[in-house]
Amino acid sequence: METASPLLRFDGVICRFGEVTAVGTDGVGVSCDLARGSFVALVGASGSGKSTLLKTVNTLVEPTGGRVLFGGEDVTHLKPARLRRRVGYVFQGIGLFPHFSVAENIAIGPRLAGEKLPPERVAELLELVELDPVYATRMPDELSGGQRQRVGVARALAGGPELLIMDEPFGALDPVTRDALGRKVRELHETLGLTTVMVTHDMAEALLLADRVLVMDKGALVADETPRALLAGAGGTVAQRLVRVPREQAEQLAALEGLEESGA
Amino acid sequence: MGSIWDILPGLTDKLAAHVVLAACAIGLAILIALPMAVWASRSPLVSRLALSLASLVQTIPALALLALFFPLLLSLRSVFGEGLPTLGFLPALMALTLYALLPILRNAVTAQANLDEGVLEAADGVGMTKWQKLVLVEAPLSAPFIMAGIRTASVWTIGAATLATTIGQPSLGDPIFAGLQTQNWALVLAGCLASAGLALAADNLLWVIEVGLARRKRWMTFGGMAIVALGILAALWGQRSEDAERPIVIAAKQFSEQYILAQLIGSRLEAAGYRVEYRDGLGSAVVHSAVAASSVDISVDYTGTIWANFMKRADNPGREAVYETIREWEARQNKVRVLGRLGFENAYAFAMRPDRAKALGVTSLADLVGEGGSLTVGGDPEFFERPEWLAVRDAYGLRFGRTRNFAPTFMYDALRSGEADVISAYTSDGRIAADRLVVLADPKGALPSYDALLLLSPRIADDPGVAAALQPLLGAISVEAMREANYAVDREDAGKLTPKQAAEALAKKLGL
Repeated sequence: METASPLLRFDGVICRFGEVTAVGTDGVGVSCDLARGSFVALVGASGSGKSTLLKTVNTLVEPTGGRVLFGGEDVTHLKPARLRRRVGYVFQGIGLFPHFSVAENIAIGPRLAGEKLPPERVAELLELVELDPVYATRMPDELSGGQRQRVGVARALAGGPELLIMDEPFGALDPVTRDALGRKVRELHETLGLTTVMVTHDMAEALLLADRVLVMDKGALVADETPRALLAGAGGTVAQRLVRVPREQAEQLAALEGLEESGA
Repeated sequence: MGSIWDILPGLTDKLAAHVVLAACAIGLAILIALPMAVWASRSPLVSRLALSLASLVQTIPALALLALFFPLLLSLRSVFGEGLPTLGFLPALMALTLYALLPILRNAVTAQANLDEGVLEAADGVGMTKWQKLVLVEAPLSAPFIMAGIRTASVWTIGAATLATTIGQPSLGDPIFAGLQTQNWALVLAGCLASAGLALAADNLLWVIEVGLARRKRWMTFGGMAIVALGILAALWGQRSEDAERPIVIAAKQFSEQYILAQLIGSRLEAAGYRVEYRDGLGSAVVHSAVAASSVDISVDYTGTIWANFMKRADNPGREAVYETIREWEARQNKVRVLGRLGFENAYAFAMRPDRAKALGVTSLADLVGEGGSLTVGGDPEFFERPEWLAVRDAYGLRFGRTRNFAPTFMYDALRSGEADVISAYTSDGRIAADRLVVLADPKGALPSYDALLLLSPRIADDPGVAAALQPLLGAISVEAMREANYAVDREDAGKLTPKQAAEALAKKLGL
């Protein structure tokens, strides 16, 4: 999958808010390349800087040092509106506009670009996230939490983005919905040929969905491994501490069921 | 005296003026408050400053706020020229706009502060510019709360606009103030009913718009807005004839004699073919400046008032000398023409109930020196600030137990009920004779003369037609005739007349 020119490059990124350094340690910024087509999970404890690093991609946060290159261009040099159309954004707060219908919410990105999204396209996007097209005319407060986040994903995909960035996208959902929506997003990633970066504090989710896991701790990138390598013990202590949680849970569940083997 | 239902249909002019004034003030307040709220939402410092300033304005009584714009605009004439209006619509608009700011600003700032963080992040996330975010997200989500603020502001403004009468802007306050002065309660009630009805109607219409915004029911929002717009347009339509050449504006201070004389002058001018307009219920200080500024054209003022309050003179060279000096001073200083004296005096005089005077053995101000400490003296709201009071007090060395302020019409009630022992009455007041009050002698001549004068503003000072129409009034009105007319308006029994009827009776008596 990996090609010579990365879609996204973090080049010595440092984010400081006053005295607090959210991204970067001891003046050394975060550097890393993300290849086209990859599904990358950014994992870490609360306050590790993962969300902040993610938000530098669509310039919701501007780095105080270093650069973020998207398709070779510094994101701060791109027009925010244009950049954010090419970068779909899904986050825990969902943030559907309560005064817009589902269809209007989905169509907002293209509308800002002066383009009207035809109803067929809205229906198609709803079907992509497994919602009945009749939902197009509903208002957000008539939907369940899971349905809302499906609309959030549809909205992020409406502009035909190259990159999908997600900040704890399923954090507020119940486990069943969470699992279903996770699989759906992974499937869309494949079928639409997206590049996806997902921030999560849940290592199990990262291991199951991503094909590359970056671990952050106190603003620094401390591990960059495939899920298989992490499960095999690579990535160092911080990463392994995070891997231990789902693994032990799985073992306990397996023991409860009286099964001999555990698998991913 | 007509009933309320007879009076109400005649108030449509005042209602139209009231609607236009209130609508302009609220509209202007919205135009100022909303950008300010947007700015405040981006800066906590601006937010605090703007809200404290708006709250500060609220602590100033509306009546005082309205009055304060008169001297302010007068001083601004040095910048904007003599054409700047100092009375009427402009100062009323400015004061009411300030008054309406707070509720709109406060609700708009609160609404913005309470917007859902997630929605704002989403707005950025989908690539909205700051402006798009404001127009597409922040404004529509804040709209119902802002509308609630506008509702509050509207009810306040419609109420406070009745006070615009005191600075010469026609409003539904006109019947209220006129009715209060002449004890015509039907008139007071009619004015109150009309303004309360207007406030209720506005409140309900704006409520419909607010609910429409909150529930995203476009037909409610736009229907409500359409009715509001129609109401304002109808009011503007009702006022359109005012655009013709300005009529002659006749001022009246806040007591019966002034209302009667204004009507008398008005009927003379109308008979001579002039269009006239009345500005009733103005403050005494405001009237004099207003004539000098040609904001009003004709007023009846009194020599003693001009001498002491405007010329700041404390001496008393005698009645004729005072008159001649004033005439010359008005012409030189204010370009105001003193057309002449009406013939009667309306001087300050101290009056007591006969039984009380007799019991205390008081016949002159000098007799009060010993008794004063146990007595309550009542005066009109400005009396104890006036130089005449200081002159009398110092000339006789008077000391009273208490001083109390009453509206002129209520002073006599206070005397009757014993809430005041001595009042600062007026010599032309019909109630002195009707109540058989004892007027205390002034052996030291401390109270100046108060010849009633006819003042013409610079705008019409040289109009020969006006002078000719009013000439027959000069020297024609005796104090007895004036007392009779005043009493006809002030009395509470069946013989009570409106100022207009009293003016007609007076004209007949004068053979005009």
